[in-house]
Amino acid sequence: MMGLAIMAAVAAAGFVADWRLGLVLAVWFGAWTLNAGLAEGRGSWVRRVVPLIFGITLLVLWEMTVDLFGVNPVILPAPSAIWAQLISSLPTLWADFVQTFVKGALTGYVLGCGAAIGTAILIDRSPFLQRGLLPVGNFVAALPIVGIAPIMVMWFGFDWHSKAAVVVVMVFFPVLVNMVAGLKATEPMQRDLMATYSASYWQTLMKLRLPAALPFLFNGLKIATTLALIGAIVAEFFGSPIVGMGFRITAEIGRLGLPMIWAEIAVAALAGSAFYGLVALIEKRMTFWHPSQRRQ
Amino acid sequence: MLRNLVPVLTVVLAIVGLWYLAAIWMNATWVYDQAAREGREVMLVDLVTETLHQERPVLPAPHQVAKGLYDGFFGQKVTSKRSLVYHGWVTLSATLLGFVMGSGLGILLAVGIVYNRAMDMSVMPWAIASQTIPILAIAPMIIVVLNSMGVQGIVPKAIISAYLSFFPVVVGMVKGLRAPDGMQLDLLRTYNASGAQTFAKLRLPSSMPYLFASLKVGVAASLVGTIVGELPTGAVAGLGSRLLSGSYYGQTVQIWAALFAAALLAASLVAIIGLAERIVLQRMGLVR
Repeated sequence: MMGLAIMAAVAAAGFVADWRLGLVLAVWFGAWTLNAGLAEGRGSWVRRVVPLIFGITLLVLWEMTVDLFGVNPVILPAPSAIWAQLISSLPTLWADFVQTFVKGALTGYVLGCGAAIGTAILIDRSPFLQRGLLPVGNFVAALPIVGIAPIMVMWFGFDWHSKAAVVVVMVFFPVLVNMVAGLKATEPMQRDLMATYSASYWQTLMKLRLPAALPFLFNGLKIATTLALIGAIVAEFFGSPIVGMGFRITAEIGRLGLPMIWAEIAVAALAGSAFYGLVALIEKRMTFWHPSQRRQ
Repeated sequence: MLRNLVPVLTVVLAIVGLWYLAAIWMNATWVYDQAAREGREVMLVDLVTETLHQERPVLPAPHQVAKGLYDGFFGQKVTSKRSLVYHGWVTLSATLLGFVMGSGLGILLAVGIVYNRAMDMSVMPWAIASQTIPILAIAPMIIVVLNSMGVQGIVPKAIISAYLSFFPVVVGMVKGLRAPDGMQLDLLRTYNASGAQTFAKLRLPSSMPYLFASLKVGVAASLVGTIVGELPTGAVAGLGSRLLSGSYYGQTVQIWAALFAAALLAASLVAIIGLAERIVLQRMGLVR
């Protein structure tokens, strides 16, 4: 009750100072009270509805603020303007998406993750190499690897090949470190069992150690999805053909075409979460046996 | 630690060796072109010496990068525009400011999320989802928009790096503050501890390992954010602008030197946080 009274007082003060401010505050407090009330309830639908209401409230507030206060579209375009831009320039956005995501990020992701998994299996047989490579890999994983973008652009040209190369290097080490950890995840008892079956190295690998490594591997693969998209977009800041999400962002900055940039960012956000979601879905299908995947 | 020294050194030496071979291989085309123009044969010895001492090699040899780094750090006055200390400081100051802002706000939000159910349900899904989004893509836009509003210098870059370190800290800190199990919380209830006491004596201490883990991620992300934030300002100052101007003018040694300076910076920032972690956890008796 105290909270409600304070909110009402602040909103009223806002109305007195400036009716527009008061309106914005009233919408915010109204939505917040609704959410606070809903959050008390139990049930699975609450967990979905509350964040949705929060997100929609933010969008509504954004739109209201821009419209009521007449914010310059060069500084912050309204969501409706961004949506209009998104709809009207779908072909351009699609071309950018194909160039940056499908050609650059996805190619690099597949190559980089494949190379990392292969390397992990290779060095798995040599404890010496593991002890040497793991600290180096951990060290490199913390470095600002996007910085190699200008070098790759110089080596592989402006087209998507250089972007894929940046992505390969960026995703390699997180996946490598996780895969090596995963290959160690079997218990001595399980390995002994395979030994009593007289299983060969490859049989043990295929039937026991690779499946056991999957939860760790997917951890690395999920981290790598975000890195791949970041690498592909940032590499385009250093030079690109006249298509691509990173190119569009830099080009539209020069023309102060903010709605287009926001539209491009919306596409990037959508692609990023869809990519992550896809990998998470595959993980769920392939590691259904793992405790972390069990339904609560 | 010492047990790993020999393998690590072997791997590092192997990398340097491969690097030299790659430098010879990648720079060979230019040497052969030059030799063909002058009409002379290229011996193996010439090939090696000439590929490793070019002005603008395709791939600079390790010793050239080392020399570039040395020149950048010690070769000139610290205030010089060619000094890596100067550019490194520009990047570091923005990174630190952003990191402190981002992780401070992140910790505050995490406390709010843990203590307020509505906040937890509204904000937390978005904080998690935002980790799958390439936030870095908006860096150039933030710089330009703030620039058009008259905000220049260190602040726009710091905002980007704050933004990047914010979400990892929120997610890690929420996990940490929720780490105490029901038994421990019950114990404090039997002691009749107040909310503030529970926070100060149980939740905060048990969140420390999580906090430091996410601070390490956050500071690395902050540095990347600052470097990318330095790109669209037209190469004024900072390690990011050294990368960009190097790629404009084909100064490969400059790019590699800036890259290694950035790597050193990242490594020392993470190492400092690691050290702080060791000290704090030791004082708290939480050392693994």
